[in-house]
Amino acid sequence: MIGWTLRRDLGLFFPFAGGANGGGGAGAALPVIFFVAVAMLYPFAVGPDAATLARTGGGVVWIAALLAAILPLDRLVTRDIELGHFDQLRLRGMSEEAMMAVRMLAHWLSFGPPLILAAFPAAALLQLDGPTLHLVLIGLLAGTPGLAAIGLIIAALTASLRSGAALSGLLLIPLALPILIFGAGALARQDEASLGFVAAISLGLVALAPFAAGAAIRAVR
Amino acid sequence: MQGSESPRIFAHDLACRRGDRVLFRRLSLDLGPGTACHVTGANGSGKTTLIRTLAGLTPPLTGTARCEGAVGLFDERIGLDPERTLGTALDFWFALDGASDPSAVLERLCLSTLVDVPVRYLSTGQRKRAGLARLLGQNAPVWLLDEPLSGLDTASQALVSKLIAEHLDNQGTALIASHQALDVPGLETLAIEDFAVREEALP
Repeated sequence: MIGWTLRRDLGLFFPFAGGANGGGGAGAALPVIFFVAVAMLYPFAVGPDAATLARTGGGVVWIAALLAAILPLDRLVTRDIELGHFDQLRLRGMSEEAMMAVRMLAHWLSFGPPLILAAFPAAALLQLDGPTLHLVLIGLLAGTPGLAAIGLIIAALTASLRSGAALSGLLLIPLALPILIFGAGALARQDEASLGFVAAISLGLVALAPFAAGAAIRAVR
Repeated sequence: MQGSESPRIFAHDLACRRGDRVLFRRLSLDLGPGTACHVTGANGSGKTTLIRTLAGLTPPLTGTARCEGAVGLFDERIGLDPERTLGTALDFWFALDGASDPSAVLERLCLSTLVDVPVRYLSTGQRKRAGLARLLGQNAPVWLLDEPLSGLDTASQALVSKLIAEHLDNQGTALIASHQALDVPGLETLAIEDFAVREEALP
């Protein structure tokens, strides 16, 4: 049951998975395109000076990743509440927590790994050196699950609000601040230790999110 | 039929609310294998709330409500992804429910020619039939049907009555909320307005 649900949820984000016919549309591609676009625009805005770019580029990658994580939020939970999808799963004995855990995994798979891959072209555009790229990649690997967890909690909490999509973007930014501070902070000090904090924050959020989001969609019903 | 226990829809001294308004109270019913109940009532009288409470999706205000056996819920939200084709959207539920013969279900509801059409392009009646296909594939002994006839043409309405009758013959049980008359032998009726609460604030 979990397997089928995960496959279907992935189909929401990746049109080619789960046999969907144009299912999620540009769902998964959009955050990645957005992410690379920010990395591309930044040198135009601040000038092509290699030293400046290399010093500030890592932080830009982080901001771009954070903003890219906001994009899929509007369709993360609301849609399936309106479809009655969660009701039907509930009747088949699946708990809201399990539904939300599956949804979080699908959400992360749809933007985490693609973003990590897209960090390579972004690093080239921003002229990041090897050690910095190394820290960005590990940081994104540690931080994106946390971003997915925050996104899921917010999407579930704002599901009943009419302007939920706009609000969820605003709510994610302050909540994602600790991840950003430690993730980008590691770049400034060129030190992997603070990425441990990022991973710890992510771990806590990932453990918490299915319960918080599950309670939220139960309340909406 | 799934589950070894005999199916049952049971409510005792049930009161439900929507928002801060009490819809009905002191409602009791007990449906066993082979019996079904047709719930009638005006818009907003609480038919949908009753069904969702019996399904365990919303908690009752007071009293008990439960279903024994796997529950098949059919309401206006058919649970099929609008962007997907009817075939792939239904296949998800068929796979989840372990439906024994999906193609026979599609044939029965005259949906075989529509499997390549995205769900969002289906007409109201076709969407209803698609929801019924999901329900049949589930093969649940307990049916909770919310307005199964609205938006259906005469032939499809007759088909729904026939499906319910067959479901009862197979020792299933059903509770149906509908404004239209159902042509099912031995159908009990329950007028939800008999239990209505007028102008009463919450305790």
